Amino acid sequence: MIQSGEKPKVKKHIIEEWTGKIVTSLCIVLLVVTIFSMVYFVATKGLSSFFKDGINLGEVLGGSKWKPEGEPPMFGALPFIIGSFSTSILAALIAAPLGICAALLMVEILPKFGRKYLQPAIELLAGIPSVVYGFVGLSVIVPLYRDLFPGQGLGIAAGASVLSIMILPTITSIATDALAALPAGLKEGSYALGATRWQTLYRTVLPTTMPSLLTGVVLGMARAFGEALAVQMVIGNAPHIPNSLFESTSTLTSVITLSMGNTVMGSMQNNVLWTLALILMMMTFVFVFIVRWLERRAQR
Amino acid sequence: MQNVALSTKDLNVFYGEKQAVKNISLDFASREVTALIGPSGCGKSTFLRSLNRMNDLISGAKITGDIWIGDQNINDQKTDVVLLRQKIGMVWQRPNPFHKSIYENIAFGPRYHGIRDKKKLDQIVEDSLTKAALWDETKDRLNRSALSLSGGQQQRLCIARSIAVSPSIILMDEPASALDPISSAKVEELIADLKREYSIIIVTHNMQQAARVSQKTAFFLMGEVVEYDDTSKIFTNPSEKRTDDYISGRFG
Repeated sequence: MIQSGEKPKVKKHIIEEWTGKIVTSLCIVLLVVTIFSMVYFVATKGLSSFFKDGINLGEVLGGSKWKPEGEPPMFGALPFIIGSFSTSILAALIAAPLGICAALLMVEILPKFGRKYLQPAIELLAGIPSVVYGFVGLSVIVPLYRDLFPGQGLGIAAGASVLSIMILPTITSIATDALAALPAGLKEGSYALGATRWQTLYRTVLPTTMPSLLTGVVLGMARAFGEALAVQMVIGNAPHIPNSLFESTSTLTSVITLSMGNTVMGSMQNNVLWTLALILMMMTFVFVFIVRWLERRAQR
Repeated sequence: MQNVALSTKDLNVFYGEKQAVKNISLDFASREVTALIGPSGCGKSTFLRSLNRMNDLISGAKITGDIWIGDQNINDQKTDVVLLRQKIGMVWQRPNPFHKSIYENIAFGPRYHGIRDKKKLDQIVEDSLTKAALWDETKDRLNRSALSLSGGQQQRLCIARSIAVSPSIILMDEPASALDPISSAKVEELIADLKREYSIIIVTHNMQQAARVSQKTAFFLMGEVVEYDDTSKIFTNPSEKRTDDYISGRFG
């Protein structure tokens, strides 16, 4: 009966608990609503070219002629799909060995030097804006390829080269974390069996961390797939399937950024661009699922 | 003493400025189990790790003195540590199987050393697992992941793995202390079996275990060896008062 006469007060810590719950729930709701409305918006826009404008899905995915202003207009997006895949896969093929080797050097071979100088340098690489990458690519890589190979230097090779440098930090930093998180004792176990450092790295460290290393590569590919500006600057933007890696072509992203301003909202030309955006988004989902799958394998 | 498998002469180990092991000269008999006991931080694990040059992997570690196997001083910079570690196997406190199948864990070491013949590898895997008393439990699932085994089985797998490169000496750093009592007893039985073919040096915190499995015991304190003698003598009638205090539980 100590509190007689006083109103029963809600205790402070309970209010705190509730405030926390409400604030975090609101953030989650906002996030989920944003994501779903984005997906919904892109999907309705992207699908309307099939349902409203009567374009054939097979034509978009399989056609190689892109003439939105032509008579009749043609919307074959195959050159862009090929362009996107070939630049990002090629970029990953270039960047993956470099990034993983750099991570090996930083974690296993020169840990002190690596942590002090290399890691900040690579993080710096991640902070450079993509327009700068594109500009450098256009002024350095494109002329170089023009001198070395037949063609104008613009194309998949130039795009992949620029992208590989852009995704190098992603691959390297994820590989660094994976190697650093290697269960203690595995390396010692290998050394104690009389393995050399090379054998230990090659036969024990790399296979054990492979799922995590691949996660980095896939994330890098996803970034390359979605990158627009830098690619657009060096790829040439011709809407056809190139005969060589040094011939002008386009990607899904570059054609969207280039054409977006020239179309009227709601028109057939505009809707088809949304279809391309939808394809891009679906591909990103695929990448995310691959990463999820790899992570589950890594936990075994 | 009968045949000596390995001996140290004035062995010192420094981690930077700190001296972890001081002037240790010990002879280890071949085909016997020698236990190294002592309180935490007394340098016994450090000493053990020096014997197959695992301390080389720690930056800042410096080892002086001699470690003799036959007429070879293995603490010489010219020693090929890869060959050395084939001769001296090692097992740790926490089982550390590779993230591979049971078969691949055993075949790993022999493959390092150039054995490619499948039949030969099969034979090595069977022999090693049999010696480690694990064959009956695993022969039907050699292709399953080693991580699917229990902790005790994993530890015996690690012992089998070190046997597979046919060492003559096996170093064990508290091999049973992370295991439950039953698995621990199995590992102890295994050690008793293995000493017929291998010389074993084992670090242990468990004094009953030292008394059960070893023939010789060295008592370490503050980086020095206080007493080294037959296990039966150390545990019943030690010459040094400090040894007596430790084994009767007055400190440590």
